[in-house]
Parts: sequence; structure tokens; C-alpha cells
Amino acid sequence: MAAPCFFSRLWRAALALLALGSLAASQIEDQAKQFFRSGHTNNWAVLVCTSRFWFNYRHVANTLSVYRSVKRLGIPDSHIVLMLADDMACNARNPKPATVFSHKNMELNVYGDDVEVDYRSYEVTVENFLRVLTGRIPPSTPRSKRLLSDDRSNILIYMTGHGGNGFLKFQDSEEITNIELADAFEQMWQKRRYNELLFIIDTCQGASMYERFYSPNIMALASSQVGEDSLSHQPDPAIGVHLMDRYTFYVLEFLEEINPASQTNMNDLFQVCPKSLCVSTPGHRTDLFQRDPKHVLITDFFGSVRKVEITTETLSLQRDSQITESSYKEDRMDEELMEPLKYAEQLPVAQIIHQALLAEVWTLPSAPCGMLGSRSWPATFTGSVLQLVTSPVHVLSQSSELHKVQF
Amino acid sequence: MGLLSDPVRRRALARIVLRLNTPLCVLSYVAGIAWFLALAFPPLTQRTYMSENAMGSTMVEEQFVGGDRAQGFARDFAAHQRKSRALPVAWLERMMRSVGLEVYTQSFSRKLPFPDETHERFMVSGTNVYGILRAPRAASTESLVLTVPCGPDSTNSQAVGLLLALAAHFRGQIYWAKDIIFLVTEHDLMGTEAWLEAYHDVNVTGMQSSPLQGRAGAIQAAVALELNSDVVTSLDVTVEGLNGQLPNLDLLNLFQTFCQKGGLLCTLQGKLQPQDWTSLDGPLQGLQTLLLMVLRQASGRPHGPHGLFLRYRVEALTLRGINSFRQYKYDLVTVGKALEGMFRKLNHLLERLHQSFFLYLLPALSRFVSIGVYMPATGFLLLVLGLKALELWMQLHEVGVSPQEAGGSPNPGPPLPGAQGVSLASLLAPVLISQAMGLALYILPVLGQHVAVQHFPVAEAEAVVLTLLAIYVAGLALPHNTHRVVSSQAPDRGWMALKLVALIYLALQLGCIALTNFSLGFLLAATMVPAAALTSPHGPRPFYAALLMLTSPAAILLGSLFLWRELQEVPLSLAEGWQLFLTALAQGVLEHHTYGALLFPLLALGLYPCWLLFWNVLFWK
Repeated sequence: MAAPCFFSRLWRAALALLALGSLAASQIEDQAKQFFRSGHTNNWAVLVCTSRFWFNYRHVANTLSVYRSVKRLGIPDSHIVLMLADDMACNARNPKPATVFSHKNMELNVYGDDVEVDYRSYEVTVENFLRVLTGRIPPSTPRSKRLLSDDRSNILIYMTGHGGNGFLKFQDSEEITNIELADAFEQMWQKRRYNELLFIIDTCQGASMYERFYSPNIMALASSQVGEDSLSHQPDPAIGVHLMDRYTFYVLEFLEEINPASQTNMNDLFQVCPKSLCVSTPGHRTDLFQRDPKHVLITDFFGSVRKVEITTETLSLQRDSQITESSYKEDRMDEELMEPLKYAEQLPVAQIIHQALLAEVWTLPSAPCGMLGSRSWPATFTGSVLQLVTSPVHVLSQSSELHKVQF
Repeated sequence: MGLLSDPVRRRALARIVLRLNTPLCVLSYVAGIAWFLALAFPPLTQRTYMSENAMGSTMVEEQFVGGDRAQGFARDFAAHQRKSRALPVAWLERMMRSVGLEVYTQSFSRKLPFPDETHERFMVSGTNVYGILRAPRAASTESLVLTVPCGPDSTNSQAVGLLLALAAHFRGQIYWAKDIIFLVTEHDLMGTEAWLEAYHDVNVTGMQSSPLQGRAGAIQAAVALELNSDVVTSLDVTVEGLNGQLPNLDLLNLFQTFCQKGGLLCTLQGKLQPQDWTSLDGPLQGLQTLLLMVLRQASGRPHGPHGLFLRYRVEALTLRGINSFRQYKYDLVTVGKALEGMFRKLNHLLERLHQSFFLYLLPALSRFVSIGVYMPATGFLLLVLGLKALELWMQLHEVGVSPQEAGGSPNPGPPLPGAQGVSLASLLAPVLISQAMGLALYILPVLGQHVAVQHFPVAEAEAVVLTLLAIYVAGLALPHNTHRVVSSQAPDRGWMALKLVALIYLALQLGCIALTNFSLGFLLAATMVPAAALTSPHGPRPFYAALLMLTSPAAILLGSLFLWRELQEVPLSLAEGWQLFLTALAQGVLEHHTYGALLFPLLALGLYPCWLLFWNVLFWK
């Protein structure tokens, strides 16, 4: 009795698989296109907390919670520039040394086990921040303090601190205006330092900070509208301060649900922290962005490029021998060049702007405005390496580390 | 400028000032008094608010539970104190060490200028004990102080007990970013003064003391505690310090927020908080509290150990536990929790307290009047002096010059050197003689006490007070002595010039005093200005004399004492009032010598000679 029944089920399952297979065969090409839809090959994050002092604990916790999320989703420390104006974990007033909590009752320690702070305390200045963004950094600057992005980079910029209409205060001594920030992004665009940029700011009147942006491919979010204050959250009597700001708290809650394969898109991020929770009205701006936010995955910015998709189908991709060979050659060349590299040369400035690097003086030529018109966008995508594994399961992987040598 | 140099307009203006002078003066005086009385009413008083970001909310967890421990300490302390009849230094050292503090002692001695009969002390020597709780993860650059004064009047044994129990509790916490100094002083304020001078390495009062062995950086804030019972019905907070200095308003706000959080009943000047500010009752009650504060601030005494901290710009206040007949009582745990919360919040401070007001008046614990609002009251009063002086100056000017020339003089700056010269010479003598009287009043009582004791059957303290009064009264005979010296050719011009000088002198003094100690400035202005404005040798001389007597500095002091006790609802009889007056005189002189209070020299060297000038004007011949 049991055996025929079992066989009939198996049969039906096999039939269904076949049917599915035929359907998938027609769609598989589309999926492959979708697969590379964001057009970026690497991810970077610049996370900035601009406030000092113990009572601004929440701003450090904000930044660390975003740090925790991007790191969890795959951006390595080498691709994160973390700027923290104060060291809350080691503050003498902290009753729980070496921790920074984002939730009451010590539920979530966002300080974690290893935090690599690139710019700390008085290094967090407007000048340093703008230098990191625009890449105009002294040659002696170590690699960990640079934003080594290129025109295939998706960059997440998160800022938090005390702000007002049109400015964000850095420490107690200076502030960055929305115009300065917009100009910095334009410089980044002209120097081909990003592919797409996601800007998030959690501060009072945060929306004022993105209203002056004019460079393409920027999506911006803010915790509050002009004229609104952003409010704190999670008061903790044991620690004696507010642990988080409302907006970032709910963003963190949202990001905790994301995993590297999540298909959650930006529209979902826009819905985070409605006014009933935030008290302020979060804002977003997408008019500079080329793609429809609904097709932009959260992991396009919060995760590292990790284009692995497991299919059961065999997909025959055109093998372009020329590309493979040239990339292989360049790989070889890179190995040969290894010894005499200087820090300054690690930034492929000359390659990016197609100009010869001056022999001794490391100066950047002024941004090539003329090039902008002639530049085709999106740039050709031929450089990426597709490694094909000929096994029943095909793995398409696009390494985020390999991209540099290909241009 | 054009208005003043245009001769026609200038004469018109002069005529207006001359004709409308009296109504303007009356109006200005009434406006000043009315303004002051209106200070307690809502548009002029505001709610207090915390300005300091670092102490923004009461969001800290108080974990103090050592009420029993505090009582145990208090009992032991009281027993040891009874046994040794002095501060049980060894016991205190042992206890502080046992709770884990770094303990040091400081011995001090001071010979008072004359015996202090109120506190029964003359040759004072004592020992302060203090323990430092080092912040475990900070660099000992800043500190907070919790101090308990012990003296013959109030042993404060419960306060010492609570201090030790709090020290034990604080020792167990790791979140301290500032060192905490637990200080027990002997001979209450004398010990505090000795300790503060040694801590800041200065010697301003001639105190002999041993140097401090342990220090803990700049003191950011201090709280003094006075408790004499195991339970309290309310906590009274005192802010007025030496010479009318006040702590930053944020410190008071901090205390108030923790009072509210702990449900403690807190009072200011011993008065409960008026609840209803919309009707008339609340503000009227507020006015009473405000007047009490003005009287206390004007006295310039340190009304508690905190008053001495203020000299070193250490924000401080004194909390006194009151145990009255109210039903609901709070135990030491509640008080301890409030203190713990305050210290935890002060620990969060990153800078000195500076965000909030330093100059304010308090009609209630939760309401304040800022300096910008109360200053016009004195301004109006001083305007009277200005107007009177202007009138006199114009009269002097136009009496000496013919009406045609009066307006025609192109440069009226230095008018008629001849006339001026005569009046200056005639002015010099009374001014110098009154200043000399003031100097005698300041120096002689203390200097001549031994002579007085030899010749009269009185004690030193009495001798000082009686000499003080004698010299004061002797000053009243001044006009009869000076008029022989003065050769007055034009008698009217003489007294006018003298009054002009006196008016300007008084206005300058009162203006300066009001800037540093508003309360004192206002009290003196409100009383002295009418008499000063009215005084002249013509008119009802006995009436003027009586008015001037009533508003002399000593009479103001006496009146203030009566008003103070009246407001405290403990009215004085005349005899009691006189006794209190004599005590206040002795205390005033003593506090000048021991703590550097400035009221006595201010009255003796500044206001008394000035007042004598008016007395001179009145009896001008």
C-alpha cells in the first residue's frame, strides 16, 4: 500500500520540476541581468559621529549601530571609515566599561568585540571629513583612514550629531553646512569616487542637510524635516543617559532583520520610523537617483558586493577569452609591482582620471569638468571577472576585491 | 550733544528739569519700589529650567540603601563626640579608612579679634578630617565635595552618619569621573574656611593651619549637609553665601529636580512652595520668600558652609534637614538617594557650572527672577539721586551766573573757577572729617577694646559693640564741630555744593553695591534715597532729622532685623530686637575678620561717612 503511493508522489514531483525547469530556462537570462543591476563592484561606508561628551552617548551608539549592521552584512573594516568624536566605551562615567548599548537593559551591545575606529576624538573635524570624502589626503595618511573608492563604488555615508537648519555641528568648535557637503559630493562625482551614494543623517532638521545636493546618483534620508527636532530614545537610568536617537534606533531594528540575501528594497527603508514612533518626520530624497528605489536593495549599500546566486540550471555564458586573458595579465603585472608601492600610489588616482601621475609631487589635478560631458554612463562593464565553475551548481561570483586591477 | 549745546534748548531743558524735578523724583521712587514688589508676580518671575546639558534630566538610578548603616554611624559618632567633647578625629579616620577612602586630617588654629559670645569661642583650634574617594578611571583633576560642619551648636551626627554611609556606597560604584571629597569640619565654618584656604593655598583671614596632605583637583561643586535627626519632614536649601554671592542656578535646579523625583518636601527660606501662581496668593507668598532672600543676601553672611566655597567660585549649597511636627517623615535613605542622584549628575559634568544664572532672586524654589528683570528697580531709585544732583548742579550754576550769560556760555564744562573754588574749599573739611569718622568706626572698636575693658566694667565683646555705637553717635555731633572750620561766604551755595557731592557719592556707592550684591544695594537705596533727596537746612528740620536718623545705616540694620523676624513669623519684642541688634553688630565685625565679609567695612568706610555728609547738610549754618 505504501510503496505505490510513494512512487506516485515522486513522479508528480519530477513532473513539476521539469515544468519549472522549462519556465526557468526562459527567465534565467533576465535573472542574470537583474543580477548585475546595481552596477557597482564594491561597497564603502563612511560613518560619522560628530558629538563629544558623555551626554551625547546616543550619537556614538547611533554610529556604532550602523557600523555593526554594515559589518554584519559584509563590508569589511578596510572599507569602513569610522569617525567617532568620543570614546564612550572607555569614558570614566560609563558604569559598564567597554560597552556601548543601543537598547535598554543592556540588550544589545553595539560596541561588540572589535571596533576599528579610524578617526577618533579631535581628529573628527570638518576638514578631515571633507578630505576623506574628496580623497585630498596627505600622502602619509595610512590606508585605513582613506576612502579608496572608485566609480564602481557604492558608498553609504551616515552622519549623526547636533545640527540645525543647514548645518551639522562638529564637536563644539565648527560645523559643516549643507552647501559644503553638496560641493564635496560633487567633487566626489567629478573625481569618479562613487557609483551611487546613500546619505543618511540623524540630527535635528536633518532634511536641510540634503536639500542642496545636486550631484547625480545620490539618495538621501534624514531623521527629521526642517523645523523639527530629532528625538532621543531608550533612556537608561543605570547608564544615566539616553542610549539612542529614535530614528537610528528604528533603522537598527530594521537592519537587524536584513540578511545578506534579503530582497528588501529602499522603499522599505523609507517606511522605517513613521511619525508615530519617531515624533519627528523622517524625510528622503530620490530625485537625483537614477534607479527606482524599489529596485535598489538595502544590501546594495549596507552590504558588500556578494553576487552569489545558486541555480540548478546550467547557464551558458559567452566566454570572452580576451577579457580573461587581459585581466590575468594585469593580475600578473600587479604581482610584479608589489614591492615598491607607496601609500600614495595605492590610490589609483592616475588611472581614474587617466592622467599621468607626477613624479615627485603628489598633487591632484583640478577636477576634470570637461570630461563630464563626454563620459558615458554607466561605464562599460567588461572589466569584471566572471568565474565559472563547471559543476552541477553554477556559482557566479564577482569578487569585490579583484575589481581594482581591471581598469 | 546738540540738545545740550544749543543754548535755547538747553535752557528749556534746564527749566523742565527744575520745574518737574519733584514729580519726576517721586514717580521714579514709586516706580522703583513698585517694580521690586512686582518681581514676585508671574510676568517677571519665570520657571526655573536646567540649562546644563550634562545634567539634563534626573535619569539616574539611585541605589543607596544604607539608612541603617547611616544611623549606626551616627550613633557611634554621637557617643564618641560626647566622650571626647571634641570632634572624634581618630574614630572618623578609622571609619573613613574602613569604607575605603584616602584619609587625611588638617589642624588649624585662629585667635579671634575679640571673644565670640554667640558661639562661645575666642582661641579656636580644631581638626578637619577628610577622605578622598578616587575616581577609579579618571585622572584626579576634578572633584566634588560633600561636607558636614560639626560645631558646638549643632553636632550634625546624623549628617556625619549619612556622609559615611554614602561614602561606603559611592566606593562601590565604578562610574566616578571626579574624585569625591568627604569633609567633616570642626568649629563649623571656621574649619571650612581653614580647609578651603589650605586647599587653595591662600591665606586671606590670618588662619593658621597645617597644609593639606591630599588633594583632588579643582572642586567643581560642593554640597553641605546639616542633619540632626534620624527622620526629616523637609529639606531646607540655602543658597546665599559670603557677600551675597550665589551659586549657579543650575545647582539649585538639580536639587529641586531630585526633590521632585524623590517626593521630598523641600523648602526655601523655610517656606513651602506656593502651588497656585495664577491667583494672588501664590505671588504674595513668593514675595515673602523673595524679601527673606533679599534680607539674607544683603546681610553678606555665609549662611552655611557653602557660603565660603562660593568665594573660590565653587558652586555650593547647604541642605538642612528640618524635623517639624508634620505627619509625613522621610528617613535617611530618601535623603541619601537625593544626594546620590545629585552627585551622580554632578559627576556627569564636563565643565564648570556656568550655563545658568549667577545673579538671581528666588520667590520660590521653582521660580526665579533674572538680573535683567530686577535691576531696573535699583535703577529707578538711583535715578532719584541723579535727578536731584542735576537740579542742584543747575541751581548752583545759574545762581552764580546772570540769566543772560547762563545760556550764552559756549563751553559750560568748567564754569566759574572762582565760585567753584570757594565751594570746594568749604567742602573739603566736612568730607574729610566724615571719612575720618568712618575710619575711626572701622578701626577703633577692635583696636581699643583693651582700653575700654580697663576703664569700664564690660567684657571685650561688649566693649567692641559699645565703642562702635559710641563712635557712631559721636559722628552726629559733627556739624557743630565742622561749621567752625568752614568759612562760609555764601551759605546757600555751600550746603548745595556739599549735598551735590554727597548725592553723587551716594549714587556711586549704591550703584556699585547693587551691581555686586543687588539685595544690599536695593535695601540701602530704598531707605536712604528719600531722606537723601529731601535733606536741606531749610524746611521742617526736626522732621528731616528724624527721617535721616531712621534711615541711617545702623537704623536700617535694626529695621531689617525686625522685618526679617516678622517675615519668618517669629516677631521680636523691642528688647529682644535690641539684643539681636547688638549681637548682629558683634557678629558683623567678627565675620569681617574671620571670613572676610565686607558689610562692616562697607558701612563703616563708605555709607556711614556719606550719610554724615547729609547730616552735615541738614545742620548747615
